[in-house]
Amino acid sequence: MRIADRIASAWPARTGDRMFQMLLAGMAAAAPVIIGAILVALLIAGWPAIQRFGIRFVVTSTWDPVAGTFGILPFIYGTVVSSALALLMAVPLGLGAAIFLSELVPIWLRAPIAFLVELLAAIPSVVIGLWGVFVLVPWVRAVLSPVLASALGFLPLFSGPPLGIGMLTAGLVLSVMIVPFIVAVSTEVMRAVPRMQREAALALGATGWETTRTAVLPYARSGIAGAIFLALARALGETMAVTMVIGNVPQIRASLFAPAYTIPAVIANEFAEATGDLYLAALVYAGVVLFVVTVAINALARLLVRRAAGGPALLRE
Amino acid sequence: MMDRRYWFRRGKDRGMAVLTFLCTIAVLIPLFLVLGFLVRTGASALNWDFFTKIPGAAGEPGGGMANAIAGTLLLIGLAALVGIPVGVLGGTFLAEYPHARLSQLARFTADVMNGIPSIVIGLFAYVLIVLPMRHFSALSGGVALGVMLIPTVMRTTEEIIRLVPQSVREAALALGIPTWKTTVRVVIPTAAAGIVTGIMVGLARVAGETAPLLFTAFGNRFWNWNILKPVAALPLQIFAYAISPFDDWHRQAWAGALVLVTIVLIVSVAARVASSRQAKLR
Repeated sequence: MRIADRIASAWPARTGDRMFQMLLAGMAAAAPVIIGAILVALLIAGWPAIQRFGIRFVVTSTWDPVAGTFGILPFIYGTVVSSALALLMAVPLGLGAAIFLSELVPIWLRAPIAFLVELLAAIPSVVIGLWGVFVLVPWVRAVLSPVLASALGFLPLFSGPPLGIGMLTAGLVLSVMIVPFIVAVSTEVMRAVPRMQREAALALGATGWETTRTAVLPYARSGIAGAIFLALARALGETMAVTMVIGNVPQIRASLFAPAYTIPAVIANEFAEATGDLYLAALVYAGVVLFVVTVAINALARLLVRRAAGGPALLRE
Repeated sequence: MMDRRYWFRRGKDRGMAVLTFLCTIAVLIPLFLVLGFLVRTGASALNWDFFTKIPGAAGEPGGGMANAIAGTLLLIGLAALVGIPVGVLGGTFLAEYPHARLSQLARFTADVMNGIPSIVIGLFAYVLIVLPMRHFSALSGGVALGVMLIPTVMRTTEEIIRLVPQSVREAALALGIPTWKTTVRVVIPTAAAGIVTGIMVGLARVAGETAPLLFTAFGNRFWNWNILKPVAALPLQIFAYAISPFDDWHRQAWAGALVLVTIVLIVSVAARVASSRQAKLR
């Protein structure tokens, strides 16, 4: 009798477990479901433009809401060049800082510096943009552009009037925003390199730098590549700070001093005021392009970082 | 000959050490430049009106951002309602069933989701809520921020719950407590302090987001507590004032940025202190 009672009362408990597990699983499933939902929602809302322009959308340069012709080539150009510029500045600095943080820094200084890097990442984009508008733009106009023009003015890259706003300033602002990610992730993957690797190199008589170059960096290579891709995806999708300093002119110019425009910036500036279904759909279509590219880069980056940090690979059997 | 070679290698080692140190300084310089700029400009523009008044007419000096501060609090509240339950419960699943196929997939997609541009999240909330309702609303802005909150909360919750010792779970199970009750009453409370810290950091981050609010919460020059109407937000107001042609609005943008960054910094430092204290207790 007692035992039968126990068995009977075990049932609700097991049902409770089952239901609770399903609740938790449902919430965990939110991540993949939302990513799918974003894609579906954007495809539906952008469909009129997708149907009308197809693949031509990404290779034509006319952006004319009045005539109803839309092509985002200048925006793609602006997005890619400003991000590349940012990587060019942020990658060497970020890697250097990561090597310092993972290999050289005195132990008591590591946490404070890592915290400061974290703080830089925590500053809202619009605040970086504000600083860009009031400090960086005047400085680029009065100091950096003239210096570059006088030293390297024979290159088309540094020709034209120094406006302050433009591709160069956007690249600078972006590099400030992505460098914390490069530092944080690279430091993490370098810390994950086994001690034995370093000790083996040191035992062969390598100096500190030789150990880093021959034992640490090759081992952490794929993780560092992941860190760079992660930063690239951030740069491509960064909106506010770029909008505030790039000048927002949809053109393709060789000069880095010239104003440009990016995909996130055009969505930010024009979406709320866009009139007409096709105009809205075209902006959403631009969002689809941005979404697909950044998700693909992010997925690749995460796989690289995870492999380097020794975590489980995606869906390993 | 040997000797010279040695000195060369040694010099290179020292040189690289100095170089990486300089890189670290260079990475941190912008942080101090931005903070210095905010303190220099924002502090002089901050006054009582800033916290108590709503914006004045365009171009006229005076007015404040009281409604924007309230709007940001409203948006954060809505974001918390969306993001915390999903994030905490989802993160609990990841920690308690770490090897389930769903966990592997969710962990990966949460990381990827973290990298989706915020402007795209804004488009998503627009299509999901603004389009069917036919007008901008605080609700859509809150949902956008909530979606951005989910991956952060999920992954930090997972990390914290994983730190709960297995013996704590076993003690509860040995008393005959069902698994679900063990999780709810024993495991989550044990990890609660860390989870709350993670949530605070996540909320502070989304509080500074502007892009997802541009065409969802939209902004409002007046007070509004109705979640179905457009609402002002601090970052939106900073953006609008920064690109305006008026000096007084520029000053208010600096003041707003100072307030926003102060909040983010206080929360980050508090979280850092709290988590190092928790680490010591362990």
